[in-house]
Amino acid sequence: MKRKKLLLVVLTASAFITGGILFAADHIDSPTVTNMPADITDLYVFRAQDPNNLVFVANTQGLLTPGTTGAAKFDANTVIEFNIDNNGDAIEDLVIQCKYNSSSNKMEVYGPVAPSEKGTRSKLEGSVTADVTVTAYGGTAITNVGGSGIKVFAGPRDDPFFFDLNRFKMIIAGTAPGFNNPGTDAFAGTNVMSVVVEVPKTLISSPTGKINVWLETKKKI
Amino acid sequence: MKLTTIKILAIVLGGSVIASSCSKSNPVVTPPATVYYQQQDQMGRPAINTVFIAAANKDAFNTTPPSAQNAAFSAEISAKLTAFGYTTNILGLNNAAFTGVLATDVLTASTTGPTTFYDGVPANTLSGRALADDVIDVELILIFGGATGASNPGLTSDHVNANDKAFLVSFPYLATPF
Repeated sequence: MKRKKLLLVVLTASAFITGGILFAADHIDSPTVTNMPADITDLYVFRAQDPNNLVFVANTQGLLTPGTTGAAKFDANTVIEFNIDNNGDAIEDLVIQCKYNSSSNKMEVYGPVAPSEKGTRSKLEGSVTADVTVTAYGGTAITNVGGSGIKVFAGPRDDPFFFDLNRFKMIIAGTAPGFNNPGTDAFAGTNVMSVVVEVPKTLISSPTGKINVWLETKKKI
Repeated sequence: MKLTTIKILAIVLGGSVIASSCSKSNPVVTPPATVYYQQQDQMGRPAINTVFIAAANKDAFNTTPPSAQNAAFSAEISAKLTAFGYTTNILGLNNAAFTGVLATDVLTASTTGPTTFYDGVPANTLSGRALADDVIDVELILIFGGATGASNPGLTSDHVNANDKAFLVSFPYLATPF
C-alpha cells in the first residue's frame, strides 16, 4: 500500500518524460538546445592514470546511433566550458574552454585560466594551451599534449552513461512495480561527441583539496 | 551582423585609402571586436535538472549560475522530495538539508585523493565522478532508500551496474564508439 502510494506520487510528480522525449543524466534536458551541439549529456571529473593529473570529460549530443554518428560535428560557434570553483562559493575561479576551429578541424583548449567574465556570458580567455585534430568516426583516437602538459581528445565515443531508462519510464507510468533484475541499459550501443581534457593538478590547485565543477555550453552572440 | 558588415567595409575602405597613399601612413589595425558567448546548457551532478526541475523551468535552471540556483530553485526541489515521500536518507539528511545539497548543482571533486561519486568507502563519497560509477543507483538510494537505504527495494537500483563497453585504462579513457 505504501509503495503504491509512493509510485502514485512518483507518477504525478516526475518530470522524466515531457512531450514523449526521454531524459537521462543531462541528455536532452534543455528544450532550447535539444540534440544540438550545445546539448550536454554528461560531465565527469576523475583522477587520471597519472595521479598528478585530473581528467575533465564533457559529453554532448546524446543518443547518436552508428548510423548518425558519422555526421555529428562540433560547432565552431559553441564554447564547451568547464567551470572550476576552488574556494567553495560556487563561483568559477578558473575555466577550461574548448572551442572547435572549423578551418583547422581542431578542438582548441583555453585555460585553465581565471576568467575575466563570470556567469552566463563568456569570452575566450587568453590563448590556446592545447589543441587536437578531431578524431573522425571509425578512426583511431587522435590525442595531443599542449606545452603545459594538457592532454586533449575530441571526437565520437561510446556514451559511458548506463541506465534502464525505459523500465524507469514504465515505473513512472504506473505500468511496472519496480526495476527488473537484470535491467536493460537504454544507452547501450549509442554514442556521444566527447571532449576529454587531462590537466596537471598543479594548474588547478585548490587550497581546500576540493574543487566544484560544472559544465556549460555557450553560443556565440 | 550589422556591426561586422560595417567593420568589413571599414577594412575595405581603409585598404583602398592605404593603397592610394601608400607612403603617407601606416595602416591602422583595428582590433577585432570581442566575441561573447551566451549560456545554453549546464550540468553539475547527473540527473539533478532531469529529476527535480519541472519541464517549464529546465531552460531557466540551465542558465542560472550555480551560486544563484539555491535561491531560485530550492522550493521546487524541496516540494519534489516531499512528493517522492522523502523524509531522510542514509546520509541522515532531512528534506531541507538534502535540498541544500541538491540545489547548488556542482560536481565536487578531490584534487588530492580518490575521485568517485560513491565507491563503498564513506570518506570517498561525492569526491568526483568516475566513468564506471553507478550514479543512478546512488541517487535512487539517496532519494528512495530511506534512513538505511533499504526502503523501497524495487526502486533503489535499476540493475544496470556497468557500461556496455569496457573503459580504457589510459587517455582518452572513454571507449571507442559503436
